[in-house]
Amino acid sequence: MTNFIFQRLIQGVIVMLVISVISFAIQDQLGDPLRELVGQSVSESEREVLREQMGLNDPLWQQYFRFLGRAVQGDLGQSYFYKEPALDVILKKLPATLELVLCATLIIALISVPAGVFCAIKPRHPVARAIMAVSLVGISVPVFLTAIGLIYLFSVELGWAPSYGRGELVTLWGGWRTGLLTADGLAHLILPSITLSSIMLPLFIRLIRGEMLEVLQSDYIRFARAKGISAQRVYFVHALKNTLLPVITVGGVQIGTLVAYTILTETVFQWPGMGFIFLEAVNRVDTPLLIAYLIVVSVIFVITNTLVDMIYGLVNPTVRLTGVK
Amino acid sequence: MALLEVRDLVVEFGLREGASMALDGISFALEPGERLGIVGESGAGKSVAAFSILNLLSAPGYIASGQIIFDGVDLASLSESALRTVRGRRIGMIFQDPMMTLNPVLSIGEQMLECLRAHSNCSESEARHICIERLRQVQIPSPEQRLRQYPHELSGGMRQRVIIAIALLLDPQLIIADEPTTALDVTIQAEIMQLLRELCDNEGVALLLITHDLGVVAQLTHRTMVLYAGRVVEQAETAALIRAPRHPYTRGLLDALPERTEPGRPLNQIPGSMPGLQSMPSGCAFHPRCNLARARCQSESPALQHGVACWEAAC
Repeated sequence: MTNFIFQRLIQGVIVMLVISVISFAIQDQLGDPLRELVGQSVSESEREVLREQMGLNDPLWQQYFRFLGRAVQGDLGQSYFYKEPALDVILKKLPATLELVLCATLIIALISVPAGVFCAIKPRHPVARAIMAVSLVGISVPVFLTAIGLIYLFSVELGWAPSYGRGELVTLWGGWRTGLLTADGLAHLILPSITLSSIMLPLFIRLIRGEMLEVLQSDYIRFARAKGISAQRVYFVHALKNTLLPVITVGGVQIGTLVAYTILTETVFQWPGMGFIFLEAVNRVDTPLLIAYLIVVSVIFVITNTLVDMIYGLVNPTVRLTGVK
Repeated sequence: MALLEVRDLVVEFGLREGASMALDGISFALEPGERLGIVGESGAGKSVAAFSILNLLSAPGYIASGQIIFDGVDLASLSESALRTVRGRRIGMIFQDPMMTLNPVLSIGEQMLECLRAHSNCSESEARHICIERLRQVQIPSPEQRLRQYPHELSGGMRQRVIIAIALLLDPQLIIADEPTTALDVTIQAEIMQLLRELCDNEGVALLLITHDLGVVAQLTHRTMVLYAGRVVEQAETAALIRAPRHPYTRGLLDALPERTEPGRPLNQIPGSMPGLQSMPSGCAFHPRCNLARARCQSESPALQHGVACWEAAC
């Protein structure tokens, strides 16, 4: 196990180095950083002095290692707009995004598993056919359309759920501001998390159904039936466990993608998270903020993938053994 | 009274082009403790016959008509929940490929214990004791440790032993074995056959053995039934069948054995191949491949009389 974690750590470091190169390239390529800092009234000779001071005239590799050295210490530069360290700005918005992703993930897991299993066990049932038809529609509808549709129906017409913001928040230890502990905060989570889950939910229902259908054809399922154990046990112990192995792998990658999708959802719902601030930063060419976002999202990707691999190892006995070797 | 009596069993596969018959009215009986072999080429319907007894056919296969009388009860008319009390408890099954038969994500112990839990009220420690006892009976070394292991930690032969142990777990009256040695090494094959034979003898269990290997049939069974294209073409005492086959198909199968050919000469074979379900010939299904076929064979299908279904052999 320690061997496995060590391997993953090294992989994570390599991934982050690649990301740092990309981030550094963005920093240098999105226009002249001086223009963002000083405006138009500064003369060309003064600019040249500033450039020299900031090290912008140094060779590229020197600049990169300076960037890397600062980045390792958590210094990703000042946000031009907020006049604060960019990493702090992003991290302050992290709880909002993570809570949204968490709720969406829960919705996906709680609906896709039973729905997928049902569609596989009773493929000809009218409800199963309906689920498959709706899921096909769900895959094809873009996120912002789902969001606007939900807002129109449940906020404007029916007035059941609020359409923007996070609502009432509670500050936890460590300064994490959560909306999960108040009724108002939870109400504000409903529409955004449904919207965010709508992208992945149909995909997972179809994935689970497909895998389960295949597993149900296998010899060990027939043998389990030949032992005379209950149908529930055949489906939920023998079949489901094997079905979920590939689903866990895909799921790990998709959670990362979900974080990326929050950009659209957060913008439509004015959700004060990382995705929302990222889009603002793009409009303002706030490069340090973009870089901070990129790096935080990469770290999330690396962490979720590692966690998923560990969970996979716990569920799949074959992997557990090779991990020990 | 026969332990198992199958009467006019018809199994169909509901396909888009319409239903086609995989088993066309087969009948046979099995006495308590008797060992019956069912042989035939791939596609003859051997496995379908094996699975239909406990109604384990996968869709689109289904039992269209006929009776499967086991110990006085027609299994074909039982509900799924009533059938579950027969499966695993009174009839055990052994499958072809031990690599695919055990669930890869559940431990051996779990896969044995769940069967006991489903059929008896014995305590957890008693159940473990029974499992260990059965594993010892099928000659698995250090059975206590095996219970904690997963299928991938065992070799193919070991897995097949575990499967046999599961089939025997609740002292069944009948074991249905679908090609139990086909996927194994030749040396392991011999061991497993020996084991099956001993267990059946010692426990007085009847065996329905499905195989394409006449050598296996000769070593294990009392009687043999030859299937061709979903029909019984010959049925006899195994020794008699091998000594003096009567149906041209059985004769062809026996002649095809390598040990019956002189060294250096090409092996004998039956020309052509088994017809598909959709393209069954008229009359006797074997006539296109038969060297004795006459005009009558093409138009009329022979019934099983005195253990053989052939116009030429019956006369």
